[in-house]
Amino acid sequence: MPDPFLIVPCSGIGKPFGTISREATYCVVEDLKKGETDTICLSLLVMEDEDAKLLVKSHRCIAVDGCPNECAKKSLEQSDAKLVANFRVIDILRENRNLKPKDVTFLDEDGRKIARILADKIALKADELQHSGAVS
Amino acid sequence: MSARTIGVVSCSGECCVEGTISRIATRFVLEKLRPDNTVTICLPLFSIGEKGERRFAKLFPTIAVEGCEKRCAGHAIEKYSGKTARSIIVSDLLKKWDVKDTGSRRELNEQGKEAASKVAEEIAAAMDDICARGR
Repeated sequence: MPDPFLIVPCSGIGKPFGTISREATYCVVEDLKKGETDTICLSLLVMEDEDAKLLVKSHRCIAVDGCPNECAKKSLEQSDAKLVANFRVIDILRENRNLKPKDVTFLDEDGRKIARILADKIALKADELQHSGAVS
Repeated sequence: MSARTIGVVSCSGECCVEGTISRIATRFVLEKLRPDNTVTICLPLFSIGEKGERRFAKLFPTIAVEGCEKRCAGHAIEKYSGKTARSIIVSDLLKKWDVKDTGSRRELNEQGKEAASKVAEEIAAAMDDICARGR
């Protein structure tokens, strides 16, 4: 089995976007692609932890950002990670304007729906990359 | 006591339940305990952000809320922005309170939510102490 993808979510706690990015990540890592994906703490990359940097250089990484600041993607780039894809919660919200997540601490129903839509997209992308023979 | 604005910066800790407790405790402070004098910032903005973000700890006395002994929040704040005023380490508090089952990193159980409330009270107490001492 190839090395698992690392799914790296946003750390945001000010708006629902960050919570959605984390729920989507957990959905992929624990349900949809269990064993084929894993996650790491973004803060370890921020403080330039050597083990974390080695991990993102040696595994294919997918960034899951909440907002246009793209902290996860930029932190991975700063760490010379093997970044193979990135997603943004705000883009998924634009595609699903009927859903209006409001709660931040504990996701409301719309937040959970958006997270599931995003998780499905991440899982599909992981499948595509796996089958396209992207470097593992 | 003046309602001085204080920065509370949580560990991102996506990998462990202590990170989830850190974030939820910080949210409880923002939403319920000290909504009028709490500001926060996403931890990665210290390294990828502009000068404005890096001035955060210079503008506000800042409390680092850490999930584990790696103390990523405090290290990041002090590396990129300035000295922290206080540090709260969730894993130490859980040991002190003998809390063993908090649920998962994805979803806290009732005991985990109660622990997050207690951590939030610790943060609020640290904020009050900073206001009283002026630093």
